[in-house]
Amino acid sequence: MKRHLLSINDLTYDDAVLILDTAAELAKISDAPVKKLPTLRGRTVVNLFFEDSTRTRISFEAAAKRLSADVINFSAKGSSLSKGESLKDTALTLQAMGADAVIIRHNASGAPARLADQQWMTGSVINAGDGTHEHPTQALLDAFTIRKHLRPENKDLTGVKVSIVGDVLHSRVARSNVLLLGKLGAEITLVAPPTLLPVGVEKWPVKIAFGLDAVIADSDVVMMLRIQRERMAELFFPSEREYSRQFGLNSDRLRKIKPTALVMHPGPMNRGLEISADSADSLQSVIVEQVTNGVSVRMAVLYLLLGGAPLAAGANVESNEKVGM
Amino acid sequence: MREISLVGGQNAAGAKMNFTITDQKISDISSKVPGPGANVLDISGSIVIPGLVDLHTHLREPGKEDAETVASGARAAVAGGFTAISAMPNTDPVADNAGVVEQVFSLGKAAGLCDVFPIGAVTQGQAGKQLAEILAMHESAAKVRMFSDDGHCVFDPLVMRRALEYVKMFNGVIAQHAQDPRLTIDAQMNEGEISAKLGLKGWPAVAEEAIIARDILLTDHVQSRLHVCHVTTAGGVELIRWAKARGINVTAEVTPHHLLLTDELAQSYDPVYKVNPPLRTARDVEALREGLADGTIDIVATDHAPHPTESKECEWSAASFGMLGLETALSIVVQTMISSKLMSWSDLIDRFSIAPAKIAGYPDQGNALEVGNPANITVFNPNKSWTVNKDLAMSKSRNTPFHGMELPGVVTDVFYKGKQVLRDTKIVSGS
Repeated sequence: MKRHLLSINDLTYDDAVLILDTAAELAKISDAPVKKLPTLRGRTVVNLFFEDSTRTRISFEAAAKRLSADVINFSAKGSSLSKGESLKDTALTLQAMGADAVIIRHNASGAPARLADQQWMTGSVINAGDGTHEHPTQALLDAFTIRKHLRPENKDLTGVKVSIVGDVLHSRVARSNVLLLGKLGAEITLVAPPTLLPVGVEKWPVKIAFGLDAVIADSDVVMMLRIQRERMAELFFPSEREYSRQFGLNSDRLRKIKPTALVMHPGPMNRGLEISADSADSLQSVIVEQVTNGVSVRMAVLYLLLGGAPLAAGANVESNEKVGM
Repeated sequence: MREISLVGGQNAAGAKMNFTITDQKISDISSKVPGPGANVLDISGSIVIPGLVDLHTHLREPGKEDAETVASGARAAVAGGFTAISAMPNTDPVADNAGVVEQVFSLGKAAGLCDVFPIGAVTQGQAGKQLAEILAMHESAAKVRMFSDDGHCVFDPLVMRRALEYVKMFNGVIAQHAQDPRLTIDAQMNEGEISAKLGLKGWPAVAEEAIIARDILLTDHVQSRLHVCHVTTAGGVELIRWAKARGINVTAEVTPHHLLLTDELAQSYDPVYKVNPPLRTARDVEALREGLADGTIDIVATDHAPHPTESKECEWSAASFGMLGLETALSIVVQTMISSKLMSWSDLIDRFSIAPAKIAGYPDQGNALEVGNPANITVFNPNKSWTVNKDLAMSKSRNTPFHGMELPGVVTDVFYKGKQVLRDTKIVSGS
């Protein structure tokens, strides 16, 4: 594996499968009476959050702590970041404190890549969501959740039909999922109005649908994306009602989905806008489980990047000795 | 009397010629060998060309002297083979009045290395609402003939129409930064496959082309002169080709970086590649080269845009737009246009010296190398190459996208008004 996880493109197929397998092993710890492994004892993991994100930060924090790492939370509020310290100076500070890994959430696309490339610091950089670029660990936890339910005996997701619905244009979750689920063999359909699809999407390895009705009955996974109300003012869609009517997962559509299908959402949800309450709370919904799986997947990422011995059979993590001094 | 003979070089046509400069003028061009005791500069293997003229330079003075001053910009210009540059008005305060343009003009005179001609703002504060005092700037000591809100587009069609009409009083020209602001809100890079992948907000080609098309029609309607700054798109080249075929008085420029670099470079997220208008696709680069070769695009202009290190050592979206250009311009154009056999040396002289001086009406610049003409001369050795090192830049800033690249051709010597200002690649200190 590479030293950093900035994009799903940093992972080979084998890397991705290894992370999922490792997460499956580590998930068992969460069921044990003592939810802790000594693997990362003495290592320092920094949560560097330039954007509010309680759920992702807590998930990474829990993951690091279950591996016995020391966790420092560094957020834009209440630190020097809000006083205008540059990304570079922040990185140099963290380097001086001896961070072995930095988990960064930033509103600027590419900020984690800058941290990793500029050699301001030597530790691993893990992208916890950058602007409208990527959110690789969210995609990994989604893949983990899908595999667990729909392909429990398989390595990958070959043949699983995934519909990703909503604001693809601004969604880092969608970008990472297109890359990862595609890598793992899933068949992806992006469901959105043309205004919320990126330029050049016709060249992506996906199908496109302009309404949820066209795909609902045939989907194995319906992944709803958060739609921000501000997008209306930016003219991406005329009204919440029209958006919801065409792209929302409502009661009527819920009745049409396969009994085995999964309803997913990366959160936080706008209940009543992109997803109705009964859909979010339905039997097919794995939205709460996604959160649980997020901890296991992030444990696996930290474990593999910061160097534990291979857990899964045949695992290959030879590059780990080089990281984290 | 000051006299120097450049011997062993050749002219743009490849003929061996010796050039003698007496005081401010070219006094002899022939195969005659100067007698003993003459002041001689051996330029064997080099080409002698008229000094380059840049119509698009950001000098940052007044207001941002940590990035560039008129003097440091002039040094960068001379190192790049320029004998005239044009200071864009987006300084602080904005060059929208006679006072600021005269200040910049006199700072250029004081530097004494090349001509520094200020470009005046079209509108007050470059805000796009009220015309600036264009006539006062024209009648000032700086004699401004070219006006631009560069960095900002004159978006309101009525303001643009009035500006085009107004400068007809003195055969002035409006240089437009063609960018529809509504289509480029918070835009970060070329809108296309790469921006979609990187999650960076797109700056679509149509935002440039829509303004070019509108301005061409306005220019035709009011029978004025339009200069299109830094064309970057294949569609823009087509529109200008169409306008010229219709006899509309439009000229256009292309930057060296848009002739060489593409939006693929943004994949590094290194803001040294962040520039406005943005780097486009390989297809656009090809169209720009063709347009420059066939004369649709009249000139090369650098859009030299110095920024302090901290403005680039950050996240992409937080970084400033712009890149250095003066010191690398000639080598980039030689690589993209001459080495590729798209243009001849005499084409290059036209696009880089004669045509820009004519568009802006600069006296004593862009003259053919003929006896009696002002001695604004650049000596260029096309047989040498050099590796760009940002730390050796004459500019005060370091934001060159060409760092580490090996480029063809070295500017060795420059004469400005007969005075040697660059000798063997080193600046001869100004007056």
